[in-house]
Amino acid sequence: MAMTLNDDQNMLRDTARDFMAREAPVTHFRKFRDMGCKDGFSQGLWKQFAEIGFTGILIPEADGGMGMGQIEAGIVLEEIGRNLSPSPFLTTSVAAVEALKLADKAMRDRWFPGILAGETVIGIAIEEGVKHRPEKIACVAQRSGNGFKLTGQKQFVVQGTSSDMLIVAARTAGAVGETDGLTLFAVDKDAAGLSMEAARLVDSAMAAHVKLEGVQVNADAVIGDVDGGWAVLSKMLDAGRVGAAAEMVGVGTGAMDMTFEYLKTRKQFDRVIGEFQALQHRAAHLYGEMEGARSIVLKAQSLMDEGHAKAEIYVAAAKAKAGLACNLSVREGVQMHGGIGMTDEYDIGLYMKRDRSLNEFFGDAYYHADRVATMNGY
Amino acid sequence: MSDLDTFRAEARAWLEENCPAEMRTPAKGDEDVCWGGRNFVFQSEAQKLWLERCVAKGYTVPDWPKAYGGAGLSPQETKILRQEMAKLGCRSPLNSFGIWMLGPALLKFGTEEQKVHYMGQIARGEIRWCQGYSEPGSGSDLVSMQTFGEDKGDHWVVNGQKIWTSYADKADWIFCLVRTDKTNKYQGISFLLFDMETPGVSTKPIKLISGNSPFCETFFDNVVVPKHQIVGEINRGWDVAKYLLGHEREMISGMGGDGGVTSIGAAMKATLSQEPVLRAQMALFDVDNLTFRAHGERFMDEWKTGKAHPAYSNLMKYVGTELNKKRNELVMSIGGSQALEWESERANGGSKARNWLRTKANSIEGGTSEVMLNVVSKRILEMPGG
Repeated sequence: MAMTLNDDQNMLRDTARDFMAREAPVTHFRKFRDMGCKDGFSQGLWKQFAEIGFTGILIPEADGGMGMGQIEAGIVLEEIGRNLSPSPFLTTSVAAVEALKLADKAMRDRWFPGILAGETVIGIAIEEGVKHRPEKIACVAQRSGNGFKLTGQKQFVVQGTSSDMLIVAARTAGAVGETDGLTLFAVDKDAAGLSMEAARLVDSAMAAHVKLEGVQVNADAVIGDVDGGWAVLSKMLDAGRVGAAAEMVGVGTGAMDMTFEYLKTRKQFDRVIGEFQALQHRAAHLYGEMEGARSIVLKAQSLMDEGHAKAEIYVAAAKAKAGLACNLSVREGVQMHGGIGMTDEYDIGLYMKRDRSLNEFFGDAYYHADRVATMNGY
Repeated sequence: MSDLDTFRAEARAWLEENCPAEMRTPAKGDEDVCWGGRNFVFQSEAQKLWLERCVAKGYTVPDWPKAYGGAGLSPQETKILRQEMAKLGCRSPLNSFGIWMLGPALLKFGTEEQKVHYMGQIARGEIRWCQGYSEPGSGSDLVSMQTFGEDKGDHWVVNGQKIWTSYADKADWIFCLVRTDKTNKYQGISFLLFDMETPGVSTKPIKLISGNSPFCETFFDNVVVPKHQIVGEINRGWDVAKYLLGHEREMISGMGGDGGVTSIGAAMKATLSQEPVLRAQMALFDVDNLTFRAHGERFMDEWKTGKAHPAYSNLMKYVGTELNKKRNELVMSIGGSQALEWESERANGGSKARNWLRTKANSIEGGTSEVMLNVVSKRILEMPGG
């Protein structure tokens, strides 16, 4: 396919752009941050996402959703990123939905309606250390009664305490480090033995430390195949990664636009500082990096939507590149804003915080560059 | 099947039928590249056959109109043809500055007669062109050029000197910027075409740090150029030159690599596995390389549908050339002391070192990286100031 958006996708972008700018601009984020919101997002906004059709964008039409692909989800995420709109869209409507699409009908019927209605939030309980290492999952699921008993701990579960269900990856066979032997479970938030401790992150989002102390689940809680969870996990992670990359294109572009605007208005030495070549060259370089990031994210999304064999390496490269470019954008943004860039009153610092979280989500640029090297055979 | 699917199947069948096996192996060096022209010596029967078949089909310039030697393919069809050629490993049948640079300028600014004549010759690989732009005193500040054409009624008499004329010693004709009005800086330049065998034209190769001489100094001593050999209007050659530079930047940006996404890391695994920091650099390079491929694809799709900013090729030129320099730095580091060997057979005549040094010109020729950043900043980002 051509690397340009088609008419329908352009319309969706216009809709998403208008919606976020109107309903969830940075002032919306500040409002919920300043009231110390325990969810880190507005439940009302999540319902509005549902009304406009965003929450079910990846849910198949047969299950009542829009049946769209990663390009369309990415269009929404870019606008979320540009406006720092807080929502469970990335975790619930992208990552969780991609996993649940591989679940049986009963499971889909159990969770998709709530997502479509903007009433359900799903947490992704994968990480166990401070860095992303999904193949190192040590959380154990032992066969017990009609199902499994889960024991272990999880970290960085975004919006965990606001979630109705957690997708938990646990080991049903094999040794730590092996990709075989993992299984994904849908665990109800009220399950006995499940406890969470909420922690506010640098970007004001909430994440949970989760303890699983012999949590009993039925066999029908398994998403996909027992011991074959890696396939589901990979699909879920890749959707989350390319989604986070799309959101970072939005964060980086938002920060960049704000910075360029500042260069055109701030005066020092009797001149607009954008006249200085030292800043012009950095601005042009940054623009090139963001354009590259935008391109590889689109490429990765389209390969995923085609089910192309090369999608995996492009998703890894896209997460890495979007992370590096967005990070450059927020660093240049704060630096070029000078002193006011350090103040809480100006928005540029909020972009820097959001970038940091998104870079860490589902593997940072170094993790993914390493995967690119491995997939390239060295 | 859609029309494009049908076209893909037909293109593939044609390539399988017509592209000789020898032309489906990677070119080993510049000597394997067909540049065409009056004095070109084919390296093999297969090379000659492949050119002739492509010429007959219009596939040396697939997206040019049929009347001018092309196949009249749409942007989508051209992309598909290139994809199928890449899949089969087909070499380019013909490389030429005529195809990449002059042809597009003629298509936009030339007369019907010029299009039929010159574009036809280019498409058939009959004439090899060089470009006369830079002068010793006019590098980044190109518009300060002084080579002058004195008006003699039905012709100009051209005197002056050009520099960095790529392959001037091998070219048949030159497209050349000549000042035809000394009182007007921008609107005093004309875009002239003339034969390199015209009396008064001489060339002198310049030896570079790579040891090779792809560029020349070119001298004009009372060179007579008939007036009909102008492209566009008199004194409006700068418009043609700028348009053409856009295409040159597009071409140089394409040098970002081997045209594919194949990593050079795999072949160097033995070294990289012992050098973790170098491997990490290579990994980050691969991320940028995949990014550049996707960026180039997106740019071409937007360019061909008129959605790209007119100055965007400046950005691609900057990104692509800087990437290529980075690649060659890594190749040298991974190659270690063997890559330093300048002449030995085991180091393929110093090819790594010579290529590495050659790439340093990428971010100078056709507009320096600094000029590219100026243009991006002013024209795309609309930063203030002169």
